[in-house]
Amino acid sequence: MATTVPTASTVPARPKVIRDPADRPMARVMRVLRRGPVQLLLGVIALLWLVPTFGLLLTSLLPAELITEQGWWRGLSEPSVLTLENYRQLFANNDLTTALITTAEIAVGNTVLLVIVASLAGYAFAWLEFPGRDALFVVVVGLLVVPLQVALIPIFSLYDSTGLFDTVLGLILFHTAFGMPFGIFLLRNFFASIPKDILESARIDGASEARIFFSLMLPLGLPAIASLAIFQFLWTWNDLIVALTFGRDTQPITVAIFSQLRQFGSNIELIAPASFVSLAIPLLVFLAFQRYFVQGLLAGSVK
Amino acid sequence: MATAQPGTAAAPPVGTGPSGPDPDRWRRRATTFAFLAPAVLFLVVWLVYPTLQTIVRSFFGRSGSDFVGVDNYQALFTTDTLLKAIENNVLWVAVVPVLVTAIGLIFAVLTERVAWATAFKICVFMPMAISMFAAGVIWRVMDDQDPARGTVNAAIKVVKDAFSESGVLTTGQPSSALLTGSVASGFVLKRQVGPGQTALLGLTAIPPDGVPAGAQQAATPPVKPDGISGTVWRDFKPGGGVPGRVEPQETGLPGVTVALRDPGGGTVATTKTGPDGGFSFDEVKPGGYRVAIAKETFAAPYEGTAWLGSKLITPAVMIAYIWVWAGFAMVIIAAGLASLSREVLEAARMDGSSEWQVFRRVTVPMLAPILSVVFITMIINVLKVFDVVLAVAPGSSQDDANVIALAMWRTSFGGVNDFGLGSAIAVLLFILVIPALALNVRRFRRES
Repeated sequence: MATTVPTASTVPARPKVIRDPADRPMARVMRVLRRGPVQLLLGVIALLWLVPTFGLLLTSLLPAELITEQGWWRGLSEPSVLTLENYRQLFANNDLTTALITTAEIAVGNTVLLVIVASLAGYAFAWLEFPGRDALFVVVVGLLVVPLQVALIPIFSLYDSTGLFDTVLGLILFHTAFGMPFGIFLLRNFFASIPKDILESARIDGASEARIFFSLMLPLGLPAIASLAIFQFLWTWNDLIVALTFGRDTQPITVAIFSQLRQFGSNIELIAPASFVSLAIPLLVFLAFQRYFVQGLLAGSVK
Repeated sequence: MATAQPGTAAAPPVGTGPSGPDPDRWRRRATTFAFLAPAVLFLVVWLVYPTLQTIVRSFFGRSGSDFVGVDNYQALFTTDTLLKAIENNVLWVAVVPVLVTAIGLIFAVLTERVAWATAFKICVFMPMAISMFAAGVIWRVMDDQDPARGTVNAAIKVVKDAFSESGVLTTGQPSSALLTGSVASGFVLKRQVGPGQTALLGLTAIPPDGVPAGAQQAATPPVKPDGISGTVWRDFKPGGGVPGRVEPQETGLPGVTVALRDPGGGTVATTKTGPDGGFSFDEVKPGGYRVAIAKETFAAPYEGTAWLGSKLITPAVMIAYIWVWAGFAMVIIAAGLASLSREVLEAARMDGSSEWQVFRRVTVPMLAPILSVVFITMIINVLKVFDVVLAVAPGSSQDDANVIALAMWRTSFGGVNDFGLGSAIAVLLFILVIPALALNVRRFRRES
């Protein structure tokens, strides 16, 4: 698997085969000038991509009475109108803090559970011999694309009869299960790429499989485990459909915003800051652990 | 990604093979079981069993106890809202994966040419971190119809206003039979006028707050020997007044576009009225002319495009979706691009190929495997599109924006609560992703 993410900095510079006139200072200036349009175009695109999120941030900072009249740019032309009042109101409301805690419980809980269960299975698929191993792994690969809509109705009935409906645990278990195929796939491939000799010598030394797993595989597999954890955390933090289906009072932040959205128009001053809070945390996680996130992405789709 | 060879890579320590009773073998079995059982439990209970159960359930009615055969599938293809959902999903599959892949490719190639590629990538990739739902909320705010609030329409308004001004009046009627026409075509004076004469263009049916700002008491136009002068005014005062005559308390209409036309209808000159409604055309050649209030006067200001209305809602949701996924395509394709052989690209350039030729003939064919991975991934994603539709589309246009995954949820949990039909929709969704599933399995088999 790709352990380093190729970014611009790791791309090897184009080899200069011959020192041709193109390397003279004048020509270099010309080349930069020729690239001007590309620079400008990319600048505009980057701006276009940032404006929506930035706009939501400024909207959330506008006083409630201005939101219905004007767009976020009012905050640019007249920054003095910006206020944290909406956020103060939001956090004064217990529903939102409860929703944030529920979201965190679900996201952290299922991520931890998934990492444990999937790395155990990933190790088994990579290094333990058992009958039907390859066939079983093919099933896991097949399950990668199963849409979760397929499970909603039976699990709804199951949760209803077992008391898991409207509980954080029910949501955690569902998310863990649907992260499982990707988790096993990612970790099995990573574990399998660890050199055989390391494992062999540990086995010859008489180490048990459990010991090999905990003191050898887990530390070595940390980069892949980090990728999986970040992926799953973001995925479940951002979930709407699962929580909407299996929860009523157990509301993560997305569901809380969604129920506000149903009466849209009158309460953007509530929805905008709530949405911004809900996206700020995954955004921070993403910015902090970008590298792992992109690795997971590459491992999942590029072979 | 490295592909270890399953079956050959792991050489078990001692005593392999099914020969004889072996205490070690049972211990190994127990170990394997301990490692695998939790994962298998999750997969069986939450994925495999529900999938089978959903298939069975789709042949039963709403209550779950009555076998209805293929009735649910029949309903799936005859109910209007569900047909619309299927139709929309077809549109999604046809449009979005191509666009996302193309945009990702363009961005990836372009970023290779700038020093700040990493910063650019973060900007474009950032939406991937936030939820589809939050992205939907963002675009719902962006797509607000009122140009004063909605960013998209505000931008359109700026562009539109740069090219054509909106008119000063929204409505109006001739105050007398001397004037004919309508708001759509403008108003024209029946009588021809020549140099030295004046034209009185009286309008009524203009509400007080419809009078342009800065309007003053209307003035009777001064006669100009070699020109045509006139007044456009609100020919109404409390109590009525005499139509066709400029009277006290009647205000001029400033900013009105007045056209001087020759008898054939061709425009000779145009001007605008002043604060008292007065206008004049100087140095007019002798002859008969028609004076008209041009229809530009009544050009409606831009009211905003109804992105969230029933007609444009699907494109609006798609834009939000592309905004999120373009970064994914870009990052994957950029990684592929970075692993391409520089020599081949350089050789093509040395041969004198233009950048476009290199792109068309070398880069794209070499990237083909990655492009297809992105494309197929996007097809799967697009089939499952759900949250973003729910967030962008207001309740009133959700039927028009409907997609299969959303229809499944709305049918099962969103009020209709028909688990039979809901299961049938889920099965349809499952069938649609099977080709992707088969492709995944095949790709995996080939590599191991």
